[in-house]
Amino acid sequence: MNVSTPGLSAEQVTEIIDLVRKVHGFDFSDYSKASLKRRLTRVMMIKKLEFYDLKHVLVNDPDFFQDFLEEITVNVTEMFRDPTFYKALNTQVIPYLSTYQHIKIWSAGCSSGEEVYSLAILMEQSRLKDKAFIYGTDINTVVLKEARKGIYSYRAIKSYAENYQMAGLKGTLTDHFTILYDAATIHSELKANTLFSVHNLISDTIFNEFQLISCRNVFIYFETQLQEKILELFYKSLAPHGFLCLGSKETIRSEFFKKKFKAINQKENIYQKIGS
Amino acid sequence: MALDKNITTRWHSSDILLLGGSAGSFKLLFNIVRFLDGDLNKSVIIVMHRKRNFASEVEKLFAQHSRMHVKEINDKDKVDKKTIYIAPPNYHVLIEKGGSFALDVSEAVWFSKPSIDITFESAAEIYKDKCTAILLSGANQDGAAGLLKLRNAGSLTIAQNPEDAELPEMPQEAINLNAADYVLSTEEIIELLQS
Repeated sequence: MNVSTPGLSAEQVTEIIDLVRKVHGFDFSDYSKASLKRRLTRVMMIKKLEFYDLKHVLVNDPDFFQDFLEEITVNVTEMFRDPTFYKALNTQVIPYLSTYQHIKIWSAGCSSGEEVYSLAILMEQSRLKDKAFIYGTDINTVVLKEARKGIYSYRAIKSYAENYQMAGLKGTLTDHFTILYDAATIHSELKANTLFSVHNLISDTIFNEFQLISCRNVFIYFETQLQEKILELFYKSLAPHGFLCLGSKETIRSEFFKKKFKAINQKENIYQKIGS
Repeated sequence: MALDKNITTRWHSSDILLLGGSAGSFKLLFNIVRFLDGDLNKSVIIVMHRKRNFASEVEKLFAQHSRMHVKEINDKDKVDKKTIYIAPPNYHVLIEKGGSFALDVSEAVWFSKPSIDITFESAAEIYKDKCTAILLSGANQDGAAGLLKLRNAGSLTIAQNPEDAELPEMPQEAINLNAADYVLSTEEIIELLQS
């Protein structure tokens, strides 16, 4: 339960970043250093590895890397995290989206799928589910498997009940799940129009055109120049007047992209694309 | 009781004031925020345990009663002087080299997010001996390990006297770990910060 004890130097962090890039093709160089260092220390602690052992297994144990990736990236999420955000979506964005024939949504950095299913529930309640399609992407294949299953612990789902109520939605969150002992499985209708796949925001490109992109609490792990690069990807992936949602403590820092997006809700960081 | 000169000198020479509090710390935190000088040339960072969906009320209240600028931390905000920063609920707060905040939504520590340990530890790495850190009332052990890191890095570390604290566990754990340079009463804390 204790927080990290062994200290990694900045040079050692850089060494790991270089090694991972060269051996596995994943580039963490523009990740926010404070959190990355904490995650690396954590992996070393969980796996009981010294710095040199970590380097050794990263190079020589092909199975270790998936584990490493899973531990290094933060996969903590909630259903209806920040209920006021979902409220704002409901009142400010959904009416606009409802005028489209098809609504394509991208949840970037979707982890185990909680946000995708939250959005699916929101679409269902707005009677837009049949024309909406939600893509969930992440770099981590392990969490994507969980997302596809849509099975969560009943305890976890119960802990999101307050979020759900505060988001102002009808009924209760458990209405959308089949509960069996401690397993809560999302209803298959909600799973129907979703697709989960691997996508790396840093190295992969545009794969579709979206009316709404939600990328919340991902930018906090990136340095500002990397954020700008990904904003460009989002900008190009959005349909004209499409919406971009960032986390409630994340804002567009880039002067260039401040002009390309209009903040339609400053507090919840919901933006709309300007121009085409 | 008069404070010794050593402690006031160290407080005056620090750039950062770190305050960590959990259950039972609100009243004292509120008083500190009220009493801090508007011209205090330091960055004040408050990490307070609280429920995840009730954010802005505390900021509003603090801002109304403080002579300093009060701000809830946004990711990548620069750590400026003469400002009180409040850790947002449901995020951990780290500090980057170069002096900006980095938020993190990873696992709770001691069932807490924000975790006082995480911010204290991060501050110890970046600011070394430039901090004054005070650990206040609370019912768990969060903050004590971080306070020890700060002490080892040369920062001034203080635990609220557990007898004064509404819930003594948190400052008591700091004392047990030998993480506190000083154990001060509520009045002494206020006196020091106004000196």
